[in-house]
Amino acid sequence: MSTFVINRLLQAFLVLLVMSVLVFVGIYLVGDPISMLVSPEATDLERDAVRESFGLDRPIFVQYVTFLGSALQGDFGRSFLTGEPALQLILERMPATVELVGFAMFFSVVIGVPLGIIAGLRPEATYSKVIMTGSIFGFSLPTFWVGMVLIMLFAVQLGILPTSGRGETVQVGAIELSILTLDGLRHLILPALTLGLTKASLIIRVTRAATREIQAMDYIKFARAKGLSSSRILRVHLLKNVLIPIITVAGLEFGQALAFAVVTETVFSWPGMGKLLIDSILTLDRPVVVAYVLIMVLFLVLLNLVIDLLYMVIDPSSREKVRD
Amino acid sequence: MTPGQTTTSAPLLRVQNLKTHFHTRQGAVKAVDGVDLELAPGEILGLVGESGSGKSITGFSILGLIDPPGRIVDGNIEFDGRDLLAMKERELRSLRGNDIAVVFQDPSMTLNPVLRVDTQMIEAVRAHEKVSIEAARQRARDVLVKVGIPSPDERLRCYPFELSGGMRQRIAIAIALLNRPRLIIADEPTTALDVSIQGQIIHEVRSLCRETGTALIWVTHDLAVIAGLADRIAVMYAGRIVETGETDEVIHRPMHPYTRGLIESVPSGSTRGARLHQIEGMTPSLPELGEGCAFRDRCHRATDQCRVTPDVTLLGDTREFRCWHPETGGEQ
Repeated sequence: MSTFVINRLLQAFLVLLVMSVLVFVGIYLVGDPISMLVSPEATDLERDAVRESFGLDRPIFVQYVTFLGSALQGDFGRSFLTGEPALQLILERMPATVELVGFAMFFSVVIGVPLGIIAGLRPEATYSKVIMTGSIFGFSLPTFWVGMVLIMLFAVQLGILPTSGRGETVQVGAIELSILTLDGLRHLILPALTLGLTKASLIIRVTRAATREIQAMDYIKFARAKGLSSSRILRVHLLKNVLIPIITVAGLEFGQALAFAVVTETVFSWPGMGKLLIDSILTLDRPVVVAYVLIMVLFLVLLNLVIDLLYMVIDPSSREKVRD
Repeated sequence: MTPGQTTTSAPLLRVQNLKTHFHTRQGAVKAVDGVDLELAPGEILGLVGESGSGKSITGFSILGLIDPPGRIVDGNIEFDGRDLLAMKERELRSLRGNDIAVVFQDPSMTLNPVLRVDTQMIEAVRAHEKVSIEAARQRARDVLVKVGIPSPDERLRCYPFELSGGMRQRIAIAIALLNRPRLIIADEPTTALDVSIQGQIIHEVRSLCRETGTALIWVTHDLAVIAGLADRIAVMYAGRIVETGETDEVIHRPMHPYTRGLIESVPSGSTRGARLHQIEGMTPSLPELGEGCAFRDRCHRATDQCRVTPDVTLLGDTREFRCWHPETGGEQ
C-alpha cells in the first residue's frame, strides 16, 4: 500500500522532469520575450542589457539547468512583466479556479448520476430518450455559447444573477472563498452551470452505460431472487458497481477542467488561473507558463493517485493488485 | 384411469400450460410454450434439455423474474395453493428467497463483486425476517457449516474474488438455504465447476434437501448428473415438456425418441471405444417453429402424422409423453 503510493510519487517526479524540459523548450521556440519587454524604439544596446538582466543571453541548456536548480528549491523565477514570483501569482489565482471547478463538478455529479441511472434502468422509456437527447446537446454546445446564452437569460432578461467576478469573498486562512457568502454563491452559479453542463452530460452517458451493463448482471438478478427490495438493490448492489467508472470519468474531467477552465473564466471574467495562463502565453512570460504547467502536472498526478485510492475503497479486487 | 393421482398430498408447485414468450423484432420467440409441471413437497425433479429448450426460462417464470421483452403470456403457476401470476410484486418479493430460492449456473457472476459475503448473506435473511444483524450473521455462519465450508467466520469476511469457484457456489447454495425455503430452483448449478466438486455439491444438495424436506427443481442439460439425483425427470424440447416420469423409468425405458437420443449420447463404461451416439441436426430456431412435433425433423421415427402436435399420452400412473410413435410402444 505505502509502496504503491511511494512508487506513484516517484513516477510523478519523473513526469514533472520530462514535462519541464518539454515546456521549457516549447516556449523557447515560440518566440523571444524581449520584444514584449522593451519598447520597439529601444536600441540594440538596451535590448542586450534587458536580455542580460533576465539571463536570456545564455544558452538554453544553461538557462534550463539554472531554472531546475532553483525550481527544486521552490523558486520558479519571477514574472518578466510584474516581477512577482511566478508561483505566488499562480497560487493567488488558484482558489478561484478550484472553487469554480469544484462547484461545477459537484453540480454535474449530483445531476448526472441520478439522470444516468434513470435512463439506464428504463432505456426504452420516453423520459430516458429525453434525457439522452438533452445530454447530446449538453456536450455538443460550445462552452462560450452556453455561457453567453445563460448570461442573456439570467442576467440580461431576468436580471436575477450577476455575470462577472467572484462577488463578495471571505478570507479563510490565506485563501479567499466566495462560496461562503450569498453574494459569492450567486456569482458562482452561472459559470459553474456553464462549465458543469458538458461534464454533467458526459456523466449521464457514462452512468447510463454502466447502469445498463450492471443491470444485466447475474448478481442483480440473484439479488432480486433473494427477495431484496428494489431500493436496496439500487442503492447497494447497483450503485456501488456503477460508481467505479463514474469515479474515473469525474476525476479525469475534474483535472481537465481545472487546467483548462479558460473559456468559462474568460466569459464570466472569473479571476482564476486559466485567464492568467492565456495572458502569460500571449506575453511570452516564460516563468509563469512553465510554473503553471508544472503545477498542473503535479496536480493531475496527485489527482490520479486520489482516484486510485478511491477505487480501493469501492472496488475490493483492486486492493488485491497493490497488496505488497 | 385418473391422471396424476400418485401423491395424496396436495402438490407444492403446479405449473399449467405456462407460456413465456419473448417479443423481438423477428416476432414472438416462444421460449416456453405450454409447460405443465407438478412437484410434491420434498420431491426432486430433474428438468433436462439442450440449451435453448426453455428450461431456465421455465425456472425464472416460476420466480416472476422474466424481464422485458420476455413476458408470461398464458398459463397458471400455483405455489402452495396460491396463484403466483396474480400476485403483486410486493407479495412475490416476500416469497422469493424465502419460500422459493434459486441457485444460478455461474458462481463467479452470482455474488456481487464489491460486497462481502457476510453483507450478501445477512441482507438475504433480513429481507424476510426482522432479526438483528448478529442473529442473521449467526444463521449465515450455521448454514455455511451445513454446506461444508471450513472456517466460516473467515469466509464471511471475504469478498467473492477471494474464493474459488466451488466455494462461491457453496455460498450461493447457502444463501438459497438461509430462509429454509420449501422449493429451490437450481439452474445448472454445477456446470461451471470441476467434475470432482460437481459430485460433492450434488451429493450435499441432495442430502440437504432430504434433511430439510425441501423440494428441488434441478435444471440441467446433463442426464448423467440427474440420474443419481432426481426422483423424477422432465425432458424439455423447444419450449415443451416431451416426457416425464420416475427417473429409473425414463432412463431405462425412454418413450420419446428425443429422450432416447439424450440417453444414448451419455458416455458410459459399455461405450468405450465405440462411437458415441449423437442426435442429428440442431435445436430448431424458435421463431421459425410452426405446428407439429418440434423434434420431427431430427427424428428417425417421424411420419406425416407428426405435422400435428401430439397430445400428452399417459402411461401408468406417473409417465407422460408427447409422441405419436413412442419408442417402446404406447401400451404396456
